[in-house]
Amino acid sequence: MTARENERVTPRFAVAIATGRNETAAMFTSRTILVLTLALLAVILFAASLAIGPAPISPVMAVKALVSDQGSASIVVRDIRLPRTLLSLMIGWIFGLTGAGLQGLLRNPLADTAVFGAPQAAALGAVVVLYFGLAGALSWTLPIAAIAGALVSIALVVAVAGRHATVVVLVLAGLAVGSLAGAGTSLAISLSPNPFAVTEIVFWLLGSFEDRSMVHVGLAAPFVLVASLALLSAGAGLRALALGEETAKSLGVNVARLRLLIVGGAAIGTGASVAVAGSIGFVGLVAPHLIRPFVGYDPARTLVPAGLVGAVLLLAADCAVRLIPSGVEVKIGVLTAILGVPFFLWVIARRKAELAETPA
Amino acid sequence: MSTLSARSLSVRLGRNQALSGIDLTLTPGRFTVIVGPNGAGKSTLLRALAGLVEPTAGSVLLDGRPVGRMRSAERARAIAYLSQGGQVAWPLTVASVVALGRLPHGEAPDALPPSGSEAVGTAIAAVGLGGYEDRPATELSGGERARVLLARALATKAPVLLVDEPIAALDPRHELVVLEVLKAHAQAGALVVAIMHNLTLAARFADEIVLLDRGHLQAHARPSEVLTEARLAQSFGIAAHIAHEAGGFVVVADRPLPQA
Repeated sequence: MTARENERVTPRFAVAIATGRNETAAMFTSRTILVLTLALLAVILFAASLAIGPAPISPVMAVKALVSDQGSASIVVRDIRLPRTLLSLMIGWIFGLTGAGLQGLLRNPLADTAVFGAPQAAALGAVVVLYFGLAGALSWTLPIAAIAGALVSIALVVAVAGRHATVVVLVLAGLAVGSLAGAGTSLAISLSPNPFAVTEIVFWLLGSFEDRSMVHVGLAAPFVLVASLALLSAGAGLRALALGEETAKSLGVNVARLRLLIVGGAAIGTGASVAVAGSIGFVGLVAPHLIRPFVGYDPARTLVPAGLVGAVLLLAADCAVRLIPSGVEVKIGVLTAILGVPFFLWVIARRKAELAETPA
Repeated sequence: MSTLSARSLSVRLGRNQALSGIDLTLTPGRFTVIVGPNGAGKSTLLRALAGLVEPTAGSVLLDGRPVGRMRSAERARAIAYLSQGGQVAWPLTVASVVALGRLPHGEAPDALPPSGSEAVGTAIAAVGLGGYEDRPATELSGGERARVLLARALATKAPVLLVDEPIAALDPRHELVVLEVLKAHAQAGALVVAIMHNLTLAARFADEIVLLDRGHLQAHARPSEVLTEARLAQSFGIAAHIAHEAGGFVVVADRPLPQA
């Protein structure tokens, strides 16, 4: 293997040291290329997502219909396809960012909101609001209830698993919290007097971007923005955390604040997403793993690329569910789980030996 | 010049009174070793000196200023701390781990200014790991990883360096390598404090020794004054004899004394 190739497969955020090689420049370029490629991919998928659907509209026409009035094509693109495209873009982004943030915080490649039962807990929060008729499906109460649910579950798992818990404890705690939330939701469904409401809730729980409007986009966007800012501001602290909490503190990092930023950001992002799109899991788990071969393990450097990969993944998945030939559209939450769970198992199998003892 | 001192320092951890009324003044250019039996409060003292635990009474002062009231970045620039049994969570390269020592200066490890790069390079060279820059720190031996983490602490270029059991689990050669680095750092003008269990090596390398027992300061003086047979019996509960060798002395532990 040549030195050049070696540089690519052994990523680092190293410095130009006495050896005289300027590695910062090498890493900077490869990360920049990755980020640009992902952004381009997102733009292409964005256009594709506007073009795919029962009404045949070419990608070029779709973009035209978006920016200028093209009659019925504009109505389809702007009112039907644009909302779901924007939602998959920002929800994918925040899920990827959340996954990278939580993996950095817990120093654990298996951390993700889905593993912590956060989507189920957020769903329970939203279902409780819907069930008791506290608010309609398009009210601010819904995302706030979902955020509260997600916050409780993530905080609970992080607290129960503690600072020195192993991966096993972490996953078991997540399983317990997720199961409890799932049971709560089942209880609400089984006690519901209205069969139509039950169908609504069940379909919503499966996770989908179908039939979403710009109102949904408007409900989720402010929360996604806040969550993004919280998670991105935690980058430098996550770096130091790679050497343990005590060392991070000695390097001047406020670890309690860092934990709050990430847990809070993860809960706000997940809650708002679940409130408008239902339960969509595993994007956050997968995304950081896909970019580490290119950008290395420095948690601060994985955040933005992981968010972009998340956006690309969810955009692609939302295009795929519309292309899969079936009577009714396959729910995107089902698709991400079908693809995400085997990936989760694969990560466990590959890292079995180290995971057995790795403290979280 | 930085002087680090504890004034009637007491720390309570839960129901355990870890430290009671410690008065201690440490000066630059000296290599101080803290010794004491397990549970004596050595790590708590070091963490309190580093400003990582709040005193329940008394204070820790750096040049007369309470460490607890310094801004965290300022404290981190002044006091480098190396925890016991340090870990590296991700397969980061040696250079990137050491570059974390520049965080208190507000320097991102992936965009170091020339002064930061120089500090990192010097620290890696000081621990004898030149050529290891691109190796993942997680794939190194225990001795090598301990030196990487020490280099991380050195890279901060803080006037005070506090290290918790830097030679635990190291082979005899690495013990000497690490102690020589610490000693040289002190001789270059830094205030260096280390916790150690190896009394013979402590006697050989330390300029002064702090003996702790059950949270109390028993002695703080030159090695030959602190490591006496009477003190070893009293604090460690061992019958030991001191063998004088050329250039130092050896502490030979004979047997545990019956518990009082």
